[in-house]
Amino acid sequence: MDWQQLLALTPVLLVASISVMLMLVIAFVRDHLLTCVITCLGLGGAAICSLVSVGEMAQQVTPLLIIDDFSRLFGALVLLICLISAWMTYPYLQATDEIREEYYILLALAALGALVLIASNHFASMFIGLELVSVSLFAMVGYLAHSRDQVKLTLEAGVKYMVLSGVSSSFLLFGVALVYAYSGSLTMDVFSQPANAVLAPQYLILGTAMIAIGIAFKMSWVPFHMWTPDVYQGAPAPVTGFLAGGVKIAVFALLMRWLMPIQGPYLGILANGLMAMAALSMLLGNLLALRQDNLKRLLAYSSIAHMGYAAITLIAAINIGNLSPTLAAEAAGMYLLTYATVTLLAFTVLSHLAAQDLTYETGQLQHYQGLLWRQPIAALGLLIAMLALAGMPLTAGFIGKYYVFMAAVDQQLWLLLWLLIIGSAMGLYYYLRVILILCKDTQQAATNSYRGLNPLIILLALLTLWLGIYPSPSIAWVQLALAGF
Amino acid sequence: MQLLGILISLLAGGLLALLCDRYASAAASRWVSLASLLLATLLWLPLWPQATANASVWLVHTDAIWMQRFGIHILLATDAIGSILIGLTLLLGYIALLSAWGEIKHRVGLFYLNLLFTLAGVIGVFSAMDLFLFFVFWEVMLVPMFLIISIWGHENRRYAALKFFIYTQASSLLMLAAMLTLVLLHYQQTGLLTFSWFELTQTQTDGTVGWWLMLGFYVAFLVKLPGIPVHNWLPDAHTQAPTPGSILLAGILLKTGAYGLLRFVFPLFPEAAAGFAPVAITLGVISVLYAAKLAFAQTDLKRLIAYTSISHMGFVSLGIFAWNSISLQGTMMQMIAHGLSSAALFAIAGLLQQRLHSRDLQQMGGLWQLAPKLSAFTMLFSLAALGLPGLGNFVGEFVVLLGSFQAYPWATAVAALGMILAPVYALLILQKGFFGPPSELVKAGVADLSARELLMLGILAAGLVILGFWPNLILDLSTTPIQHLLASGG
Repeated sequence: MDWQQLLALTPVLLVASISVMLMLVIAFVRDHLLTCVITCLGLGGAAICSLVSVGEMAQQVTPLLIIDDFSRLFGALVLLICLISAWMTYPYLQATDEIREEYYILLALAALGALVLIASNHFASMFIGLELVSVSLFAMVGYLAHSRDQVKLTLEAGVKYMVLSGVSSSFLLFGVALVYAYSGSLTMDVFSQPANAVLAPQYLILGTAMIAIGIAFKMSWVPFHMWTPDVYQGAPAPVTGFLAGGVKIAVFALLMRWLMPIQGPYLGILANGLMAMAALSMLLGNLLALRQDNLKRLLAYSSIAHMGYAAITLIAAINIGNLSPTLAAEAAGMYLLTYATVTLLAFTVLSHLAAQDLTYETGQLQHYQGLLWRQPIAALGLLIAMLALAGMPLTAGFIGKYYVFMAAVDQQLWLLLWLLIIGSAMGLYYYLRVILILCKDTQQAATNSYRGLNPLIILLALLTLWLGIYPSPSIAWVQLALAGF
Repeated sequence: MQLLGILISLLAGGLLALLCDRYASAAASRWVSLASLLLATLLWLPLWPQATANASVWLVHTDAIWMQRFGIHILLATDAIGSILIGLTLLLGYIALLSAWGEIKHRVGLFYLNLLFTLAGVIGVFSAMDLFLFFVFWEVMLVPMFLIISIWGHENRRYAALKFFIYTQASSLLMLAAMLTLVLLHYQQTGLLTFSWFELTQTQTDGTVGWWLMLGFYVAFLVKLPGIPVHNWLPDAHTQAPTPGSILLAGILLKTGAYGLLRFVFPLFPEAAAGFAPVAITLGVISVLYAAKLAFAQTDLKRLIAYTSISHMGFVSLGIFAWNSISLQGTMMQMIAHGLSSAALFAIAGLLQQRLHSRDLQQMGGLWQLAPKLSAFTMLFSLAALGLPGLGNFVGEFVVLLGSFQAYPWATAVAALGMILAPVYALLILQKGFFGPPSELVKAGVADLSARELLMLGILAAGLVILGFWPNLILDLSTTPIQHLLASGG
């Protein structure tokens, strides 16, 4: 490994050093603000490191990691998401009497895992990345198990996430083993490898399918979605935000890197499987969200549906359309960017509310009644997030949906397009229901002067609107990230 | 730039009204809204003489790049059709403002914000000539109206607001899919990625693809119009909305559907639309008759008026799909006249609700004795709704029937029966509510019109009379653009 490669790896090394440094700092001083600031500075610094090296040559660092513009830009995105997540967590943890500082070590480790995941083009590094993220998340999901009223829910969520990760990892590992048996290599572009004379191609197909299933668990595509609502509900609001807006982005970015450039036989089978999962996710996710009275569960089902929409772009990317081959990839990138922004906005509002009053943490919609009159900023943020998730124009959500429509039309995926339309129409019902509850009249007076996360809410709400009103810079950003594909 | 100026003045006025309510007084926010409407009107006024004097079709043309990647522009342009409808929007804006002046008592600033944003959205719809921009306005105008219904509406407001939003948005997703397919089709044919109406009307859209795309647009506009069988949202939304909301819904939001049919369905898909016309006309005729019959069965005054709207918009469907210059001129006339008369009837229903706290016709009766001015106005507008010669609606319906008789004599003959059903429901309002001895509810005392209310109804009445006696004001203006539409729409 020469200096060039080491330099390319700086963001990863920096993020890795945060967790070590935090451990040392905590050994000497326990100070919540200090730990949080160190985490944020480290993550922000790593993001800046990634960004300044955009445009430099792609570096293969060891066979495991590739640092190209895709890794740099999506890495920076995920780092920023982690930074926002740390910011979101601070007032939330401050309001509990739990030991707070160690949380940030876990967050830094998860960020490291996400970075590795995005930069991996080798099954070993993919596995390392996924495990780093998952193992940190078990602890994060169950972090407040002792200090909250809903001990059972939190523990249930933690255990469920652990079991899920175990199952998904075992699928993944077995799949990797089968692929290795077929191709004798652990690099990701197995499809372009010469056919193996010894083993039948069924091994490759089966192996790929099992890897896809392992990842589908993480993406909570139906029928591998069962864990999602329970974990979303039981986990602390900032952790749920990170799970929905951070982890899914990283895993999806990995899928993009794995699936989008590949060509070869047997892709049809993979596309059909993805298509079935996308269709089911769109339908079931939206259907199950309809009658939810719990905002966190509602957002869980909504995220299942949204991941179904996102899957359309992957399917579209597998065959080449007439507009340009990069449209589908661009759609995927834009969808991730916009979805992450909107989801983070929604969960920032939830964290903000939960930090001042733990009754909000249950997520029961009745607590949100008349929020618009009691806490206008938080409610307005949630309102914008709901409109964006419903795909209203002038919000980020519409740009994402527009791209998915465009990709589907370009590839003539009419069946998926119909399901997308039906799903979005169903989605309107429950997003609007939340807005209606926010606008309901209330007896409670607007006496609350808690500021907490207001700056972050305003920032993310403006970002959501800006992405919707003037998306050109972000389109250019995504195109830059995909230029190397 | 004028159109952009109108939009900006309304949007800025809305925000300012909200701030005024928060930091000054509710009255201040009312005056600010009025001022921003006045400013918008001042910007619009120069379009009027231009439209009469200028032979060139497109009056203003603002073009700026919005999203380079997909060739999306901020392309605002309007011809006489658009500017007449913008004028109607502004006029009804004043009426809604006047009606809100007395009715809306809480969260005043927020209400005016939503009111002005709705107006801006509708004006955007009438002037956007880039399909993407059109779609943005089309959807965005729903949000403030949704909030108006759900925050200030009547007892069942949340249900109505939800239904209104879901119907419109779900159907507009079909339009989005059709629109993107059209754009990619155009790209395949010419290699140019654009959303501009002027370019896309050149696309070859024959064959099955054209049919599907046309249907996508048609359904979205039919929901908004509304026409049977997708009219179901309207009675609820109109009944539950506060009076200014009902005025805007009936007066101008419905017209966006008609405008869409006129501007997009025929010019973009001439062959498919012409082939589809018999079906659309049949649906239109069914709307006219069936909604009139339903209106007759209502006891809720606002619901009754809502059904008459569906019936009247059936004529618009008929006129547009007959697609000749006379029927289209009649359609324009019908749109304006119905905008005024339905707004007036909803305003009256609002006044009655304020006084009686009821919309139930069964409980009313004998209002004429206690509130003669109010009753006289009701009589005038009911007569307008039933198509009395001398008032705008008569001209509209008559010219529509005249125009479509050439093309579809049988359907027109059946639709003309609607002219018989209209008096039945229109006179029913008068008979039940205004004649006879005063009912218990009315005896408790009903105030007659105040000066503000007199002004509001007076403007609308004057408008209808002017349209009835000098219909050429509208008919002449719309001649040139209609010829152009006919030329582009095959």
